[in-house]
Amino acid sequence: MGRKQKRALARILAAAILTTVAWALPLQGVLRLLAFAVPYLAAGWDVLYAALRNILRGQVFDEQFLMSIATLGAFAIGEYPEAAGVMIFYQVGELFQSIAVGKSRKSIAALMDIRPDYAVVLREGEEITVSPEEVAPGETLLVRPGEKIPLDGEILEGQTTVNNAALTGESLPVDRSAGDRVLSGSINLSGVIRMRAESRYGESTVARILELVENASEKKARAESFITRFARYYTPCVVLGAVLLALLPPLLFHGAWGQWINRALIFLMVSCPCALVVSVPLSFFGGIGRAARDGILVKGANYLEALAGVDTVVFDKTGTLTRGSFTVNAIHPSGGSEAALLELAAAAESYSSHPVAESILAAYGRPVDKSRIGDIREIAGKGLCAVIDGATCYAGNGALMEEAGASWRDCHLTGTAVHLSRGSDYLGHIVISDEIKPDAREAIVRLKALGVKKTVMLTGDTERVAAAVGAALGIDEVHAQLLPAEKVEQVESLLAAGARLAFVGDGINDAPVLTRADVGVAMGALGSDAAIESADVVLMDDKPAKLPLAIGIARKTMGIVRQNIGFALAVKAAILILSAAGLTNMWIAIFGDVGVMVLAILNAMRAMLRKKAGG
Amino acid sequence: MKRVYRLEELDCANCAAKMEAAIRKIPGVNSATINFFSQKLTIDAEDGAFDGVLQQAARAVRKIEPDCRIIL
Repeated sequence: MGRKQKRALARILAAAILTTVAWALPLQGVLRLLAFAVPYLAAGWDVLYAALRNILRGQVFDEQFLMSIATLGAFAIGEYPEAAGVMIFYQVGELFQSIAVGKSRKSIAALMDIRPDYAVVLREGEEITVSPEEVAPGETLLVRPGEKIPLDGEILEGQTTVNNAALTGESLPVDRSAGDRVLSGSINLSGVIRMRAESRYGESTVARILELVENASEKKARAESFITRFARYYTPCVVLGAVLLALLPPLLFHGAWGQWINRALIFLMVSCPCALVVSVPLSFFGGIGRAARDGILVKGANYLEALAGVDTVVFDKTGTLTRGSFTVNAIHPSGGSEAALLELAAAAESYSSHPVAESILAAYGRPVDKSRIGDIREIAGKGLCAVIDGATCYAGNGALMEEAGASWRDCHLTGTAVHLSRGSDYLGHIVISDEIKPDAREAIVRLKALGVKKTVMLTGDTERVAAAVGAALGIDEVHAQLLPAEKVEQVESLLAAGARLAFVGDGINDAPVLTRADVGVAMGALGSDAAIESADVVLMDDKPAKLPLAIGIARKTMGIVRQNIGFALAVKAAILILSAAGLTNMWIAIFGDVGVMVLAILNAMRAMLRKKAGG
Repeated sequence: MKRVYRLEELDCANCAAKMEAAIRKIPGVNSATINFFSQKLTIDAEDGAFDGVLQQAARAVRKIEPDCRIIL
């Protein structure tokens, strides 16, 4: 509790004790009025003062004004204990609200505590501590164990483990050594490193994440706008209702003035929409913060709302469901040994920088003896022809084998096959394929469990590869051999059919689709500007399983928002109706109103909790 | 031009919503949002009018919640 809050608590306690004393004393008339006026003023002098000040500034219908009228009215009709009690409870509610807001502000601030405070830069051999903003790209930084890495850059010297938890939610540390890239905001755990800053602080990963999360609330959810609009009409309507209730029955039907004024005052006590106005944005704020803790950045409350309602998820294949890097899957020699075939393939591909060549060289894993290799010629669209150990060898697709006159055979495995022949002598083939991410299947299963009706995969890859990946993952619909523009068409036709659609891509080349979908999700976005720009939701690591988690958090948040709106409206409506009928009193009304607010705020704070939110 | 300011002593969410509505009505303002929880005011206004807009915004804020101030 802050100083202001402690003072408020002290005042509330003092006022409560004084009210009890006033109650116990056998006073009558003016003395009784004075006895209750003391605790009333102790609890609420600032409310009265604020109300007066606001009226002078032309602000009517604010909560202080309404509370002042309600309690002064209670005094006027002789309900002294009620007047003091209502003011005290009102202040209890305010105090609680202020504590809750302070708590959630603090917990979000802690969450966002990834901003590096300083950087140790080496200038002319000296270590100088400066703020990260003052470091120029290309400067050398020194980062000791336990320190935050201040800027994005490359390690020049040293070896360490790095914790990226603040960025990705992944708490497993990763090893990093010279030549590796490290990201600002991650924590250097074990070794001293020297690194070269690659960009300015403003363009660093951590600065972009912070900016994104801090600006998240600029985009408001429909539920939030509804509440703001509702609040604008609710208060004047209830006040008008109170005036009518106080005047009409006594004037038209000879009702008792005291009785109807009493009912009207109860109206004023529940006329503040505070519970809703605080709890709805608090829920969204909590939900967005909760998601950020798992490396899921949601750019606005509206996207959280949209994410909760998603019934169709469209995935890009390469880089999203699959790793996007090729690996050698199988080696099928036609006679000789696997090792010999791989060695020959590595030699043939040793000068190529094609991803297929790189995967073969990676599988070979040793340097190639280049003295064995003579002339190498690329045959566009087919492969290449190389002279190895004096013999002409071919490495490429079936068409190349036809050209070489080799009697080749197709492979039963899915993937890209590299066939090899020495002259027209067929040696066998190596199958290379993109690997499915380990959690891709789990992601699809969990999406289904969450009630997502349809999963779709779009890819530019061949029918055969796409069908195999789709079947392995249990995806409902697969569309292959698509150009980027055709991906947009596919998404548009789904949208036209009424799908509430999330598109998940790696942010490379799919910006048009990301913006077209109801929710565009970019994954593996750590360090990619384009993806962070164009997506609505950013998954900082490249795990597809984060998507069902994000949808789970979104649904939980929306659930809380709906509960709060429903509950608060129901209680207020009940109090209004019962009061108009004379079935309540001031105590019930104020208990109800403050109670709803406390419960709504507690419920809203649940959105922040990291419990099982996935599904 | 778009700028972000901190709001000190912003205690009431309903007031934040009212301030937002008031600031949006200032001539020259394209958009304005207040984040009650991070206590931040974002104003997007015409470059030439910005200083005047900011003064009026400060007045609007004071009028609605007298303790609340825009930190420049």
